[in-house]
Amino acid sequence: MTRGQKIEEKIFKMLMAFATFFILAILAIIIYSIFEKGIRSISWEMLTQIPQGGYYYGKGGGILNAILGSLALASGATMLAFVIGMPVALYLNVFLIRHKKVIDIFRFLLDLVWGIPSIVYGAFGFSLMIFFGLQTSLLAGILTVTLFILPIMIRSMDEILRTVPIGLQEAAYSLGSNKSEIAFKIFTRQSFSGIITAVLLSFGRGIGDAAAVLFTAGYTDHLPNGLLEPVATLPLSIFFQLSSPVPEVQNRAYASALVLTLIILIVSLFSRGVGKRYHKTKINF
Amino acid sequence: MDQNTKIEIRDLNVFAGKTQILKNINIDIPKNKITVILGPSGCGKTTLLKCLNRLTDLYPELKVSGKIMIDDNNILAAKEDIYKLRQQMGLLSQRPYPLPMTIYNNISYALKLRGIRNRRETHKLVMHYLQQANLWDEIRTRLREPASRLSIGQQQRLCLARGLAVNPEIILADEPTSALDPISSQFIEETFVKLKHDYTIVLVTHVLRQAKRIADNVVFMYLGDVIEQGSVEEVFGNPKMEKTKLYLGGTFN
Repeated sequence: MTRGQKIEEKIFKMLMAFATFFILAILAIIIYSIFEKGIRSISWEMLTQIPQGGYYYGKGGGILNAILGSLALASGATMLAFVIGMPVALYLNVFLIRHKKVIDIFRFLLDLVWGIPSIVYGAFGFSLMIFFGLQTSLLAGILTVTLFILPIMIRSMDEILRTVPIGLQEAAYSLGSNKSEIAFKIFTRQSFSGIITAVLLSFGRGIGDAAAVLFTAGYTDHLPNGLLEPVATLPLSIFFQLSSPVPEVQNRAYASALVLTLIILIVSLFSRGVGKRYHKTKINF
Repeated sequence: MDQNTKIEIRDLNVFAGKTQILKNINIDIPKNKITVILGPSGCGKTTLLKCLNRLTDLYPELKVSGKIMIDDNNILAAKEDIYKLRQQMGLLSQRPYPLPMTIYNNISYALKLRGIRNRRETHKLVMHYLQQANLWDEIRTRLREPASRLSIGQQQRLCLARGLAVNPEIILADEPTSALDPISSQFIEETFVKLKHDYTIVLVTHVLRQAKRIADNVVFMYLGDVIEQGSVEEVFGNPKMEKTKLYLGGTFN
């Protein structure tokens, strides 16, 4: 290496290191500020009660309505998206194997809809609601969030299924397996941990989004009671508390953000754990 | 078709886009013999093998034409029963690909595809095929462990047992010993010699000594062409073509 190359390498190494630490620092600041502000106002009451009258002006109560609402909505949407998305991902990777062009177009479209802002899904969901005569409700929220996380679900599963080695597929075909057996016995087993990760990733995206549920799920101070009733969600709860003129209520918004962050943290840790555990039967090629 | 011929390949052409991978191949593969397909890397040996059990279907870029007759049945024309048809042939690939399940289930999966669901029969046959592949004694206590925990040599023998479990008439092997240690390789070779009484074996290799050791019949290929074919004595002892002489003499590989 010449002197010039050495200096060049040093400069680029420093730039990359700087960028990495810069990103880490920003992340740390965000998490720190949520924790720091949230910890102060989080309380047992907040986690276990619904808002009482005047909650948004500093009176008592909690955000149990939003915690349960968000969990119900995100789980419902994740399950629905899984039931629709899993077959799509398997179909792409097993049944369309001879049609590379179709697969490419499909992947491109999915990447495209992945990038559409969630408020657009919210608007679309809202027009669907009007079409079907639905009111703002848990059901409408679930449907909209399902649409929103479907591309995420399908594409992340697709990326995992793509890594199933062709040699393994050949081995299974050579035994006389048909395509459904390849899909359900070979692909799902070989990619099990990745599929779980895709599901939990989608759950995380679904539970954290405010715009998709703004027009569709509505908001309520009551606990969720039925698919056709409006439901509160954590992101909107944060939004309403943050818009309050009372500083105390604004701090509760940070506490709610902390709850949401913790839910997502638990989900991520869980998915990592599952991923590691299920290396058991997976063959590492 | 000759009584002693198991597979008859006629005018087989394979294109990948505009590149011709196999050029007008004509081969007769005799029954209950080991036919070795020999040639340097990239000569089309593996593609030829994949044509035999229609794994070429998995590669959209490959265009296959010609005839491959197995017992008077042109498998290239078969539309419906590709899955059943593949069960006539057990496949052993360059490196082992155990299925992502337990050792036991690797075999019982193959048995299920053959229609055997009875538990006692399954149990008996799993043992039988693992013994046939000389793996039983090593793993009899580990049947419920994931297949991924076996060593590469054991995995390859498991794949052999699994291939035999679909009850094929033909064994296709694509350089099955290239990833293995000498002892496992020797074992696979010995098993092939034993198995040829019941099976027709097609073995792809570029290892000359391996071909010499176990082949009854040799097909020498170069750049998509069959240069020479015949009994092992003919091809190794008295090669007719210049290219074959050069290859066997080690001038190129």
